[in-house]
Amino acid sequence: MSSKASILAAIKGLNMKEKPLPEIPVFDVAPNLVEAYTLALNSNKGTVLTKKELEVLITESSFQKIYSSSPTFNQFTNCELPQHPSDFADLDLAIIEGQFASAENAAIWLDDSNLDLRAIPFITAHLVIVIKKENIVGNMHEAYERIGSTNSGFGVFIAGPSKTADIEQSLVIGAHGAMSLKVVIL
Amino acid sequence: MSHPQNATVFLKDKARAKWHDDTLWIVREKRDATIHLIPEWEQLRELASQIKDHTLSKLDYYLEELEKNATANGIKVHWAENAEEHNQIIGKILEEKKCKAIVKSKSILTEECHLNPFLEERGIEVVDTDLGERIIQFLKQPPSHIVMPAIHLKKSDISDIFHEKLHTEKGNVDPVYLTHAARQHLREKFLQAKVAITGVNFAIAETGEFVVCTNEGNADMGVHLADTHIACMGIEKLIPRRKDLGVFLRLLARSATGQSITNYNSHFRSPSPGKELHLILVNNGRTKQLAREKFRNSLKCIRCGACMNTCPIYRRSGGFSYGSTVPGPIGSILSPGIDLKKYSTLPFASTLCGSCTDVCPVKINIHEQLYEWRQEITKAQGSSLKGLSMKLANGIFTSPLAYKISGKMMRASLKTLPNSVIYNPLNAWGKGRNLPELPTESFKDWYKKNRNEQ
Repeated sequence: MSSKASILAAIKGLNMKEKPLPEIPVFDVAPNLVEAYTLALNSNKGTVLTKKELEVLITESSFQKIYSSSPTFNQFTNCELPQHPSDFADLDLAIIEGQFASAENAAIWLDDSNLDLRAIPFITAHLVIVIKKENIVGNMHEAYERIGSTNSGFGVFIAGPSKTADIEQSLVIGAHGAMSLKVVIL
Repeated sequence: MSHPQNATVFLKDKARAKWHDDTLWIVREKRDATIHLIPEWEQLRELASQIKDHTLSKLDYYLEELEKNATANGIKVHWAENAEEHNQIIGKILEEKKCKAIVKSKSILTEECHLNPFLEERGIEVVDTDLGERIIQFLKQPPSHIVMPAIHLKKSDISDIFHEKLHTEKGNVDPVYLTHAARQHLREKFLQAKVAITGVNFAIAETGEFVVCTNEGNADMGVHLADTHIACMGIEKLIPRRKDLGVFLRLLARSATGQSITNYNSHFRSPSPGKELHLILVNNGRTKQLAREKFRNSLKCIRCGACMNTCPIYRRSGGFSYGSTVPGPIGSILSPGIDLKKYSTLPFASTLCGSCTDVCPVKINIHEQLYEWRQEITKAQGSSLKGLSMKLANGIFTSPLAYKISGKMMRASLKTLPNSVIYNPLNAWGKGRNLPELPTESFKDWYKKNRNEQ
């Protein structure tokens, strides 16, 4: 008997009585979503910027290699999309668009349609995600409602920069992935 | 080695044991602070519990749904009855790919299956990429906590091992410096690896996708740079619907560390063009646990570690004292199902205070199951020493005369018993504890003397 058959037979043999699957109710959300979002992002060690603030930051910074898939900041792109993601190992700044965000925990949803390469938000040294104010929802239930049954090969909620507390519980930003996350709310 | 013996080793360094206790309690307090911001917290726990109960009650159906939908998405699904088969499947894929080095991100299942030694024996370099896991891999230790694998170590320990392995400055204990040294080291590994292995937090039957949650981004760094992604999951990691993730992702990180969510929550549905995605469904004793009605719902666990952070025994004895892949209260109800004899002391490593049950995000009645396991173990052990004393007690309570005499004897003997009897190795609870001061007379004597004085 194959392992599949033996595992399924072992479960079927228990003749378990089916227990009910609950429906998920609607819960109250924060009255001011932008404010709630900003607070949540700050506690995840990310920051909210305006379009203008980001433009100033990039102009005054020393970023060598910048890739933007957001049309709003296209003018800053100074490199081509590589064939293999490892060629982005020296990427200083990536700017991408997020579809929507959840105010309760600052998580932003991105999928293959936002990611020219799946590795971009992780391999870049610094990350900017652009979202629209009207695309901030209250909580994760509303976020999954927005995702619905869309059919992307990959999707991710990003809620902050890469971080760890594995050394004596001291919080350190920039473990493997992006060392900062800035969110521009348009 | 039994839990009390191992705990003694941990408690030798008193300052470190105190630090461990305090640090985990801080994590528990962070959890409390964050859940109080969610008015529907208790409702979410109840929903999560019901969703998991439902899934387990139809596990065969949902496993087949998962396989069907994942296969349609382009994922190659494998089934493994046990750890050996799980390892063989991975070994075979690596052989086909002629792969000699892999990167791996936090997976308690691969720890349970002893995948690392299996691969290393075959000349394959395994790099654990979670910072905590990399640290303990350097030290050739197992994780001592399922969310904070290196919580038993101090930064001076980590500085020493990094100096040896990564040539960091001797004596530099700055966590930022050490973390960034690990970042450089692991980035090279990520860029070279052709195959990446990850665990699975949740698999969704309806969509045939699975979710991996990390804060460091190590799972994503691994899989998006490699050509092949192998994900390993226990068959209990299933949930029915995509929208159920809304409930579980709200509970998981808040319960684990007090964060509102992990920073990276990746949903894998199909491989990038030209790449491969494998999913291994592992039993390894889970259907046996499912068959034990009293212990069935231990399979609802989502591995947040909250029961460890709150447990007065775990905090004061350390993860290694359990000697099992999953330590702490949840480990103490899962492990006896795997090997009753080997893990027979674990259900006794508890005060039965119930704090684990109170914090569990999927409402597993952990302390009640600990109590149930104690009874199973006592039955299995027959008339052990403990059993004998229980029988004696039983005799005393059924005879009023024996009870009266035994009280007098107890008060007399406890006063005169030499410490070597009270604090002997058979009585693990004598360690670090003092006996209460004894009253000079029994309640019965006191009542006789005083009842006429009113």
